[in-house]
Amino acid sequence: MKKTQLALLIGIAACIGVLLSFLRTTSTYDTIETARKKPGQFVHVMAKLDKSQPIEYDALNNPNYLRFAAVDSLGARMYVQYNNAKPENLEMSDRLVLKGRYRDSIFLCQEIQTKCPSKYKEEEAKGMKHPGEVPLPNIKP
Amino acid sequence: MMYTGEWSWAGQIGHLSAIVSLVAAALASIAYTKANPFILAPEHAIWKRIGRISFYVQTSAVFLIFFLLLYLIHQHRFEYHYVWKHSSKSLEFKYLLASIWEGQEGSFLLWLLMQGVLGLILIRTAKIWESPVMSIVSFAQFCLSTMIIGLSIFGWKLGSSPFLLLRDSGVLDNAPALHIDFDPSLPLLPNYLDKITDGNDLNPLLQNYWMVIHPPVLFLGFASTLIPFAFAMAGVIHRRYMDWVKPVQPWALFSSAVLGVGIMMGGMWAYESLTFGGYWAWDPVENASLVPWLIGVAGLHTLLIYRHSGQALMSTIVFFVLTFLFILYSTFLTRSGILGETSVHAFTGSGMNIQLLALIAVFLLPAAGWIWIRQKEFPRVQTEENLSAREFWMYIGSLLFFLSAILIIGQTSLPVFNKIFGTTIAPPEDVEFSYNSVQIYIAILLALLTAVTYYLKYKQTPRALFWKRLLVPLGISVVLAAGFIVFIGIHYTAKGPGFQAALWVSAICSLFSVVANASYIWIGIKGNLAKSGGAIAHVGFALTLLGIVVTSSNKQVISQNNNGFATPLGKGENPRENLTLVQGVPAEMGRYTLTYETDSTHPKKKLWFYRVRFKSKDGKEEFVLEPNAFVNYKGNKGLMANPDAKHYWDHDVFTYVTSLPDPEAKEDTTSFRNQNVKAGDTIYYGKGFITIGDSRRIDSVPEELFGKGGRVVELPIRVNRRTGESITISLKSAWASSQWMPLPDTLQADGMVLQLQEQKEDGSLILGVKESDTLLKYVTLKAFHYPYIRFLWFGIWLTAVGLLISTRRRMLQWLQESKP
Repeated sequence: MKKTQLALLIGIAACIGVLLSFLRTTSTYDTIETARKKPGQFVHVMAKLDKSQPIEYDALNNPNYLRFAAVDSLGARMYVQYNNAKPENLEMSDRLVLKGRYRDSIFLCQEIQTKCPSKYKEEEAKGMKHPGEVPLPNIKP
Repeated sequence: MMYTGEWSWAGQIGHLSAIVSLVAAALASIAYTKANPFILAPEHAIWKRIGRISFYVQTSAVFLIFFLLLYLIHQHRFEYHYVWKHSSKSLEFKYLLASIWEGQEGSFLLWLLMQGVLGLILIRTAKIWESPVMSIVSFAQFCLSTMIIGLSIFGWKLGSSPFLLLRDSGVLDNAPALHIDFDPSLPLLPNYLDKITDGNDLNPLLQNYWMVIHPPVLFLGFASTLIPFAFAMAGVIHRRYMDWVKPVQPWALFSSAVLGVGIMMGGMWAYESLTFGGYWAWDPVENASLVPWLIGVAGLHTLLIYRHSGQALMSTIVFFVLTFLFILYSTFLTRSGILGETSVHAFTGSGMNIQLLALIAVFLLPAAGWIWIRQKEFPRVQTEENLSAREFWMYIGSLLFFLSAILIIGQTSLPVFNKIFGTTIAPPEDVEFSYNSVQIYIAILLALLTAVTYYLKYKQTPRALFWKRLLVPLGISVVLAAGFIVFIGIHYTAKGPGFQAALWVSAICSLFSVVANASYIWIGIKGNLAKSGGAIAHVGFALTLLGIVVTSSNKQVISQNNNGFATPLGKGENPRENLTLVQGVPAEMGRYTLTYETDSTHPKKKLWFYRVRFKSKDGKEEFVLEPNAFVNYKGNKGLMANPDAKHYWDHDVFTYVTSLPDPEAKEDTTSFRNQNVKAGDTIYYGKGFITIGDSRRIDSVPEELFGKGGRVVELPIRVNRRTGESITISLKSAWASSQWMPLPDTLQADGMVLQLQEQKEDGSLILGVKESDTLLKYVTLKAFHYPYIRFLWFGIWLTAVGLLISTRRRMLQWLQESKP
């Protein structure tokens, strides 16, 4: 079993090598404040849509330009530019994962993940009303 | 408190059946364990009988639960939380069926059902292995039954019942309308059920025929991985290291086929019906089901090695055990909510994390323990491997499959790593490339290995024979590869020449493998179809690799925005992948001219279809696509889009809606701008100018309609657009019953409404012009060109067909040989 054992060893070594180099390519989760401190670096920012600011999106003029304000849990605010169509559920999301780079006082976003309010038990038990689910649909008055 | 109208009997039967399922599974497991066939003892027959009967009872209970739940969903019994949450009255029957497995409880139920069916087949076919294997299968049934039992034990919630009542679920606690005196702190009204008129519905994104067929196939695949695990463990526990090989073979083959098809269906679903923009995104959920498949395939091959050479027993056992354990791990990943940020699939925790982890532990720990205890006595063959032996290269191939799986699950488990070590490492910038850049090299090696390994013999291969037999396929491959290089090629350059070269090499190696394996059916097996399952599966696998590489590297976004409505793009404003089409106005997109013609709506749902005509500029090709979207579905603001595609044999044109005007913002608040005009005047508007023609007065109108002195004024005008085209329309206004009644004329493409307000006494005219974007009906699209996607689907089907041919052959062999 000499050669197969050698192959196994090479395999394990390759595995470790690849996973280590994978860890070098990973990015970070940041707040708006820390993202500002590393301009030009790819980061994940967890934030919320700032509903006090208008969402700029006009599909007629340019379907590939979206601009809105985001706030994070620490209260910091930044403007986000996204050169793509507006995510379908941006307005009703309760959390956004913004992937991109902070540059020249704007966050250039490559990808937006919208997290919609959870439909599941914990919240239901507390009787929270959440926009993701029609709170109690189809109930006769 | 008594509530009227509830079918409480159904819930009682359901709960009782769940308990029966749990107890019977435990009993079956114990009885089958006692019925050890390898020790001669008279009471074994009785234990085996008890085991069988218990298993029949258990499976019947699961069937009863399943059909009871289906019946409740069909009857819209919204007093049950599961029914309320996952279905509605507007669903067609197939989606009522799909509602069963939308939720956590129902999908465990489906899994139980599939495992039960496989158990019944095992009872008929496993012969001497029935008891040892079924004791493990029954144990798995016991564990899964705890998932749907829904009991509270000392404050610990065990499982979650599909028969939970809506009023016990907490959903109604905050609905004043349903409570006595509108006070949520008081009990519910006795007739609260009368007020719940409809359910929460199946998620509209899942209202799709794939939702009907993908989960049953995938769960059959999940369930099937238990069988090789059970055989391997039974072999280890009973020290029957060789005997389990023949009966396990058909099951290992079957499992790879079904799980493979299940995964493919997920990919087809994502591709055809979701707007992920592809069939595979290395999403954690996808990876979690791919990894067990890869390891299962590795086990399938080491099993063959073991059968033919006596080597690789340990690897085979480990691979089969890991296949099942990774199914459990994927269950944990997808249902615990741990993936949170990293998956597009909307997962939320089910509050059963500890139970899900325990599920892994109760299989992992005993399996690891038994293997550890027994491994010293595993039979070992001490031979120096021969580099010309088939088994050596098969072993390398299996290792590569395993390596691929470990790398994928390692990268996917980043959130788990974060959780354990308290780190906050985020996925890399280009997640897909982080997988592709590694897996492409494994793909190259696997393509080469699958191409040549069949031409090697077990033990050792004469060099001359190897090359002689490989000569013809090599020749054909060179010709085809030249054709590929000239006519198709790889056009993906985004990741540099190194990666592009790897893509080229992998495409050509896959092509070689397709040819070599297809040729082997004649060269090696002389066209015997019953024996060519392996070669067919290899052709399919290689075709799949080829399809993946060519499709993914040559995929094109064709909705590059270059139409007149776009403002100039600033620096770095990429990607510009969305295109807005105004109704009735043709726009250019790649080699097509697109026109958004009209829209229509589903008769029962808030589902809109957008009719877009594609016309190629050379005029040779014309078709209509109807991507659709749920707009503001059930009060949820936003749209949920489903794509549409035109399928050709060699490519697909694929499009979906990314943005629509907000129908609620449609109120037109602009007012008419009135101005005096006379013949020959020119008036400017946003998108061009209007020239006024000579008006005409018609007095001969019926008096009973227009009153005394009624008349109609007609004004022909010419609308000249900036684009160069112009149209002539005639505006009309009537003087009736002493007032002017203008007839508005809407020019969709110009976003303008014109009306002739009145003609004054002196004959001069007043023209009203209203311009507003809200008048415009438009749709924003994204469109792709997918070449050779069908090769990919066909490849996976072929793999499954090959595996199933082998399954049948090996099962028949086993049944023949095990006859007493």
